[in-house]
Amino acid sequence: MSLLLYLLRRLLQALPVILLIIVGSFLLIKLAPGDTVDALVGDMGGADPAFVARLRQEYGLDQPVLVQLWRYLVKLAQLDLGWSYVYEQPVTQVLASRLWVTLLLMLGALSSAFVVGVALGAFAARRAYSAADNIISTLGLVFYAMPSFFLALLLVLLFSVKLNWLPVGGIRDIGAFHTGWRLWLDIATHLLMPTLALSLIYLAFYMRLMRTSVLEVMDLDFVRTARAKGAGSSRLMFHHIMRNALLPVITLLGLQISTVLGGSVVIETIFSLPGLGQLAYTSVVKRDLNTLMGIIFLCSIIVVVVNILTDLVYAWLDPRIELK
Amino acid sequence: MTTAPILEIQDLRISLPPGGDRPYALEHLDLTVNPGEIVCLVGESGSGKSLAANAVMRLLPEPHVHVSAGRILLDGEDICAKSESEMRAIRGDRVAMIFQEPMTALNPQKTVGWQIDEVLRLHTDLDRKARRARALEILGDVHIPDPASAYNAYPHQISGGQRQRVMIAMALVLNPRLIIADEPTTALDVTTQKQILHLIKEMQRQHGTGILFITHDFGVVAEIADRIAVLRLGELVESGPAAQILNHPRHPYTQALIAAVPALTPPAHKDLSAAPVVLRAQGLAKTFAARGGLLSGRRQAVTAVRDLSFELRQGETLGVVGESGSGKTTVSRIVTRLLPPDRGEVVIGGRDLIHADRRQLRAMRRDIQMIFQDPMASLNPRKRVVDLIAQGPIVHGVPRAEAHARARELLSLVELSPAAAERYPHEFSGGQRQRIGIARAIAMQPKVIVADEPVSALDVSVQAQVLRLLADLRDRLNLSLLFVTHDLRVAAQLCDRIIVMQKGEIVETGPTAEVFADPRHNYTQALLASIPGRDWQPPKLTDAA
Repeated sequence: MSLLLYLLRRLLQALPVILLIIVGSFLLIKLAPGDTVDALVGDMGGADPAFVARLRQEYGLDQPVLVQLWRYLVKLAQLDLGWSYVYEQPVTQVLASRLWVTLLLMLGALSSAFVVGVALGAFAARRAYSAADNIISTLGLVFYAMPSFFLALLLVLLFSVKLNWLPVGGIRDIGAFHTGWRLWLDIATHLLMPTLALSLIYLAFYMRLMRTSVLEVMDLDFVRTARAKGAGSSRLMFHHIMRNALLPVITLLGLQISTVLGGSVVIETIFSLPGLGQLAYTSVVKRDLNTLMGIIFLCSIIVVVVNILTDLVYAWLDPRIELK
Repeated sequence: MTTAPILEIQDLRISLPPGGDRPYALEHLDLTVNPGEIVCLVGESGSGKSLAANAVMRLLPEPHVHVSAGRILLDGEDICAKSESEMRAIRGDRVAMIFQEPMTALNPQKTVGWQIDEVLRLHTDLDRKARRARALEILGDVHIPDPASAYNAYPHQISGGQRQRVMIAMALVLNPRLIIADEPTTALDVTTQKQILHLIKEMQRQHGTGILFITHDFGVVAEIADRIAVLRLGELVESGPAAQILNHPRHPYTQALIAAVPALTPPAHKDLSAAPVVLRAQGLAKTFAARGGLLSGRRQAVTAVRDLSFELRQGETLGVVGESGSGKTTVSRIVTRLLPPDRGEVVIGGRDLIHADRRQLRAMRRDIQMIFQDPMASLNPRKRVVDLIAQGPIVHGVPRAEAHARARELLSLVELSPAAAERYPHEFSGGQRQRIGIARAIAMQPKVIVADEPVSALDVSVQAQVLRLLADLRDRLNLSLLFVTHDLRVAAQLCDRIIVMQKGEIVETGPTAEVFADPRHNYTQALLASIPGRDWQPPKLTDAA
């Protein structure tokens, strides 16, 4: 019951945050010179001023900015994200067709980075300053220091060009018209490399943090107590150290889930995946205001939800933290 | 019962990593613990007493620190020859350990029940129900009220005393042959300490367990020891039956240690009623507001101090004693205006400190200075000692060169060498750092010094020196001291008058000698009765230095 109240309160608190983000980004975009019509006309190679003026009127772009903002907010309150003049589709539909790709990529990359990073970090800490630790730490540093586009290109060179094991890009084999599980398998093989490229970078973060955190917790008194009770080293690690050491790593995970939507733009572009990151990029170029605002709205919701989830996980991991 | 010893340490030597201040943490240690016996291993910090305990458990941070010679026999078997898995079977089953700080020694993420259950799971084949029954039984045995609810509680949800009971329950649950208790009561209040010591004795009598009890506190030793071994810098200087060591110590070091134990005889009452009042606190009150938001008001508001008034005269030392949570630290913070009170006034030199505006406050700050408990934490590690001491006067407009010269003078006043001025705080020992803290406080030439547990982090011998220094400075500079402490022995040593606080209120106040001789309030009586080793009067050693 108190959990439900807590969630309700947190969601209520999130409303003004989201509103602020929407208003702020709307005004920011409006501050930039040029609008959708300019981009459209530019693509057409020019048009006469009367046509441009009529187009502006049709899209409601001739109104003062505040009126436009008000209209947008009223529509948003009815959960209507508007119409994309670039894709000639409702924004909701544009987003829906892209969101799952990004979500798959992001969740796949982050969860594998988290699981492997935490495991490697704990392993490295247990054998701190040994050869194994040095190898793990060095590799982590290499991946961390390497720009994602470079890593992605290396992977393409190795797995697609040299070995010819994996497709170069795209989300599915366009000519094959797979259905059912064959389609999923096809999507999985297409996502393998982008996920790997994205996760290797994050992995390094989790690994370093987990290693430090485990080393710190290992020295705490209760670990000594557990050893005095006769617990073996793997029991110590799993029951006493890891859960305590996870707290800072969870904080980082929460922060990164929020940024990974934007961070995947590069990867999506290199592997020509039709995802949100790519969509955001083209929307900016084409001044597709409604689509851009839709993405921002979606992202702010994801950030808020992830924040709440992080706090819940925190409270679950550490009983000293009370949700209030 | 056989008389064969449970634990026999023979000629033990523990090596430290090369490059340390000494090659061996311990050398030529011989020690025996018989069944049903409490052996106290006494020593100051750095004596190697905790390492000895860890060596018995084979929990030394190997390979840097390791046993390089000697034998440790547990029921006649050499522990050093055991494999790691054999050792795991012994730990928790035949030898158990109790640690100093029960809050950090328990895993914060697991319930009390889980942690006791773990011992049973590791060493027995009992099923879940039987384990739970045994855990509840042992929780009852260590007198935890409502074992069933404690079983499901997390460590932070129970009090400090109860946490230590849980630790003891965890150590006793398998009836070990030997319990190693490493300063088990140091972190506890006196009244709780008394209960825990009582419990340890009771358990030991019931189960015939041998106990190796590590402590630095001779009061505690006098309370429970059957035999005593005294360590100094890794060397066993003296060992023997408790009565002999306590009353007729032979080795000069033991004699010095015992001489440093503050006697429970307060100083003769000084009549200060003619001296002017330096500081007057009137009707102070502080409530820490309830925590929690709109939809959840979980935590109650806590009244830390309610309607407190007292006067401090020139040259007087006023002790504020009480247990944790009594509000004594809050008093010290309010009086120095580090914490704004809800009500009341603190008058120094005719002006109210609490309601002074920023300019007045700045000027008044020099009249009242503080000495903190942890000298390591309260000195900026990146500044040289001379800068630390001179900083206050410089802020108040003393020219830099003059302030530095004065700082060097102050160092000799607190019995440190002038060379100390150019060094950094971490290069000093705890006692020396506290001297620096004192020098910093008197650099401002204050009228009043508020000292919050200034000696509780120090070893007894160092404690005695710092107390002597404080008393000496007070008399020479005609200072007034507000001395906050939980240690009644320390209070007895230094304070002219004391205030006994309980739950934010003064329950008793008066000249120290009178309060100690004839405590009126129940709480004061309970506090005095809890002083460990109160029946033991440290012998007057004529030949001690």
